Amino acid sequence: MTDVLPKPVVKTQGKFDHIFYVLRANPVTMIAFGMFGLLIFSAIFGPSLVPYDPLATNATNALQPPSWDHWFGTDNVGRDVFSRVIVATRLDLSISVAAVALSFVVGSILGCIAGYWGGWPDIILNRFLDTIMAFPLFVLAMGIVAALGNTIENIIYATAIINMPFYARLVRAEVNIRRDAGFARAAKLAGNSDIRVLAFHIFPNALPPMMVQVSLNLGWAILNAAGLSFIGLGVSPPTAEWGIMVAEGANFIVSGEWWLAVFPGLWLMIAVFTFNLLGDGLRDIVDPRKRT
Amino acid sequence: MLRVAQSIPVVVGVVIISFLLTRALPGDPAVYFAGVTADAESIEQTRVAMGLDKPLTQQFFIYVGDLLQGDLGQSLSSGRSVAEDLAKRLPASLELTLTALLLAIAIAVPLGVLAATRPGTWVDHLCRVVVTAGVSLPTFFTGILLIYIFYYLLGVAPSPLGRLDFIYLDPDHVTGFYLIDAALMGDWETWRGAAKQLFLPATTLALFTLAPVARMTRASMLTALSSDFIRTARAVGLSSRTVLFRYAFRNALLPVVTTLGMVFSFALGANVLVEKVFAWPGIGSYAVDALVVSDYAAVQGFVLAMALLFVALNLVIDLLYTAIDPRIGFSSK
Repeated sequence: MTDVLPKPVVKTQGKFDHIFYVLRANPVTMIAFGMFGLLIFSAIFGPSLVPYDPLATNATNALQPPSWDHWFGTDNVGRDVFSRVIVATRLDLSISVAAVALSFVVGSILGCIAGYWGGWPDIILNRFLDTIMAFPLFVLAMGIVAALGNTIENIIYATAIINMPFYARLVRAEVNIRRDAGFARAAKLAGNSDIRVLAFHIFPNALPPMMVQVSLNLGWAILNAAGLSFIGLGVSPPTAEWGIMVAEGANFIVSGEWWLAVFPGLWLMIAVFTFNLLGDGLRDIVDPRKRT
Repeated sequence: MLRVAQSIPVVVGVVIISFLLTRALPGDPAVYFAGVTADAESIEQTRVAMGLDKPLTQQFFIYVGDLLQGDLGQSLSSGRSVAEDLAKRLPASLELTLTALLLAIAIAVPLGVLAATRPGTWVDHLCRVVVTAGVSLPTFFTGILLIYIFYYLLGVAPSPLGRLDFIYLDPDHVTGFYLIDAALMGDWETWRGAAKQLFLPATTLALFTLAPVARMTRASMLTALSSDFIRTARAVGLSSRTVLFRYAFRNALLPVVTTLGMVFSFALGANVLVEKVFAWPGIGSYAVDALVVSDYAAVQGFVLAMALLFVALNLVIDLLYTAIDPRIGFSSK
């Protein structure tokens, strides 16, 4: 069912015009796309471009404030904060992309089944989702990581589980309203199997709102993963990761060495901000009425 | 009453999930609880003592039985029962979360209303910036930034360590809320001290929670203001104050209250991070400390307690609906 994902939604000339029209009217979305490109760039090429080895310590050069040599200063064992912040982009983005992809796939499958066939799978799914949503989500993620073990994979699973209900609900609603639509019945009459109708005729209609959800969720997923590693779950210390860097820097903030915590925190904020702006921008393109 | 009954399946689901989380501990729980020096025999004894040799369904009923007696297991790090520990620390968390929520509502609702009544002005733009920045700010980062500015640079805030500076004595325990307890004692010196400690963490949490509230207030006020009954109310010459507050605002309040439920979930989660940053002695920092030393019973007890708290709060919010909008009756459903 998932192999339909790469299949592009057929776009007419009018749709492109519409996208450009919305983008011109809202330059913020354009900036968000630019920032998104920058993030991807530093995730892919960052590790090979940074001026210093993110793990190399230099005790003689510890706790230096930002300078021309070290743009973001150095930390308590003399590592270059700028290099660490940039290198961390790859890890943070991978965790959130993996988690969101997982919840997208699982949520789509569950939502399709519940929305198309209804009946008891639908009831069970809804009860299950209600239960997940009954937990404060970050707390549930903590519990899951504590139970499964403290590894990066489990951070991904935990983040995927707490995001999954949003996708399942969305797909279920989108599939359900189209279950008996004319085009779905026509496809069924033409001899397509249920699965084929569902995957190729009904599910693609849910993709535009799903994209908005994906973009917003990427922001949450980054925040969530960074929060978990801030309290000491998942990524272990020498690794460069934004949440851990803020946690380590927090010990020095009361004595005034602000650059240790502020720069990774700022980068984290920029990443989340980008995905939120992108999500809002995509929503304007997909559904202009929902603008708030 | 029907609404109370509706939350029962959710509570059952919550209990099942927290049971599964307890039993999914990495490795063998018996080995873990028997301690590091245990040999095969004492591990086996622990297994029998914990009931781990019984089938899973039976274990589940034992677990539920324990829960009904308020037994969440023993904390390994503090040596006391988890329920006792949580009960002792819960008021600190609630005081922080509720203060933050009140602060957020006090700022966000007027901001949203102002933005909706003056679309396109600087208030509207301010509202949009606050809303987008608010959801993007990691709470732990905001907290650290506030400590840096108000404690290190300006020196106006007390050191971010706990609920009360050591120069003050703890107020008598009545509600566990320091602000209320100190006020009851008439000890305004302590009250000021507690308020000072509370201010930064509550602001941190409020900054995070006010964004969705402001956004929803603005959106629902816009919807209400553009509806026909507002036009009619204006046309018959009611004062703009009456139109705004009595007609538009009351109708716009319902979605805002719904959002509050979601916001509370965020706040409880963010609470954990804020408590860690400010060394606040609530249940969130208790769970984080327990995580660090792999004290699983304490963590799972915390997760369960948070979920039950959240279910209870959603119940209260649903009951609030009827107070705000008498058209929603649960008997009619």
